[in-house]
Amino acid sequence: MEWNFLAAIGRVALRFMRSVGHLSLFTVQSFKHIVLPPFYLRLFLKQLMFIGYYSLPVVGMTALFTGMVLALQIYVGSSRFNAESAVATIVVIGLTRELAPVLSGLMVAGRVGAAIAAEIGTMRVTEQIDALVTLSTNPYKYLVAPRILAGMITLPMLVLVGDIVGVSGGYLVATESLGFNASGYIKNTFDYLEARDVISGLVKASVFGGIITLMGCYHGFNSSGGAQGVGRATTNAVVSSFILILISDYFLTVMLLK
Amino acid sequence: MPMSGNAKISLKNVKKSFGNKHVLNGLNIDIAEGESVVVIGGSGTGKSVMLKCILGLLEPEEGEIFIDGQQLVGARPSVQEKALRNTGMLFQYAALFDSLPVWENVAFGLIQAHGMERGAAKHIAIEKLALVGLDADMAHHSPADLSVGMQKRVGLARAIATDPEIIFFDEPTTGLDPIMGDVIDNLIRDCTKHLGASTLTISHDMESAQKIADKIALIYKGGVVWMGPADEIDHCGNPYVEQFVRGDINGPIELDILKP
Repeated sequence: MEWNFLAAIGRVALRFMRSVGHLSLFTVQSFKHIVLPPFYLRLFLKQLMFIGYYSLPVVGMTALFTGMVLALQIYVGSSRFNAESAVATIVVIGLTRELAPVLSGLMVAGRVGAAIAAEIGTMRVTEQIDALVTLSTNPYKYLVAPRILAGMITLPMLVLVGDIVGVSGGYLVATESLGFNASGYIKNTFDYLEARDVISGLVKASVFGGIITLMGCYHGFNSSGGAQGVGRATTNAVVSSFILILISDYFLTVMLLK
Repeated sequence: MPMSGNAKISLKNVKKSFGNKHVLNGLNIDIAEGESVVVIGGSGTGKSVMLKCILGLLEPEEGEIFIDGQQLVGARPSVQEKALRNTGMLFQYAALFDSLPVWENVAFGLIQAHGMERGAAKHIAIEKLALVGLDADMAHHSPADLSVGMQKRVGLARAIATDPEIIFFDEPTTGLDPIMGDVIDNLIRDCTKHLGASTLTISHDMESAQKIADKIALIYKGGVVWMGPADEIDHCGNPYVEQFVRGDINGPIELDILKP
């Protein structure tokens, strides 16, 4: 009985180590092909459009309503000790440092990570990835590298847009329903904002972009077992992206606060 | 199994297992230049695994695989990539790229592996589509818009687009009606004769095999149990071949099913 229990723990540990090993090798291969020629510019631009441009509505909506809610909630809290003037500053810092990158990352993981895993997973089970190899085309270079690079570049851009939209949302709520003076709110927003607040959010976004696209590609690439396998790959890509975004967010915050 | 010194493709003692299941058990096969060999055998006998090993999609545990004298097992990826540049492959379900129109599927190898300019590659792709009986209007369609038979023909056009010296066919007539199967067989025969290519086909369709093969090899339990000229298969005297050709449940070939 005890031995069975120990064996079960051992099996889980071995499976975990094997997965970590596979993912590490996959990551190394992917980044190697990002930096080594040939480069597929056409595919990269296509991914920039898909990951970046087409995610604008979902990121914009998320940021807008987050900014609006943030202004309301912070007003409720700060008014308890007469610190209403801090609303603008807390909204902008909260958004740029934390909420815009994390929420955009989670939204893009749902939209893009799932789509990448489903597309590459379908290519795997329909032998399209094998076909690439027989046509002397490296699938890491053709499928994985353009997506990861596009993810790492576009997510900071999306977050920058999200920062602006979110702050605008906070401004709208503050001036239209909380009675803030417009110029005073804007002054408070920018007076205490530092470049590192924005940059730390953009650095996080770039890492999240890498995580989302890497997870999508990895789970899609290793999918098997037909439609069910593709479905599983898609779920795993989204769930693992969510978890890794939240875990890495903590460690990135600790690193960037130093 | 005899080994020709100057075989276009040569497999020597190739072994491949998945866990405890030994799929290839020291497989030997030689394909001479310009020769068409069809490997027949039941499901799960190792035909597809053999093909995947040759294409570098799977790594054998033992043995050697030569293409044009170049040993590929354990070779660097660049060596395998270079060897494959001279080959074409028609997949069982065509494996066309959904994200690309038909002409880009056909021109893919020309553009990516041979660095050809897109305009020139498109021109060749349309020529190859004509060779398989598809007109230029089809070139801009998505593969998803085509019937299974048309997809197979586009797959064939893609396999011959770079005028390869070696072409592999994986179950070329599976899933097709008898008339379309015959059309594909004729196209395979005509295209490969036109190119002078060496071909390796895996199939379990005896009629198709006899139509396109110079030689037929029967694979069973991961090894070749008979190989000979296609026209001798009906009276070769090999009990495995006779059972397979007759489609008889009784004989030396054991099936993984319960007999009634």
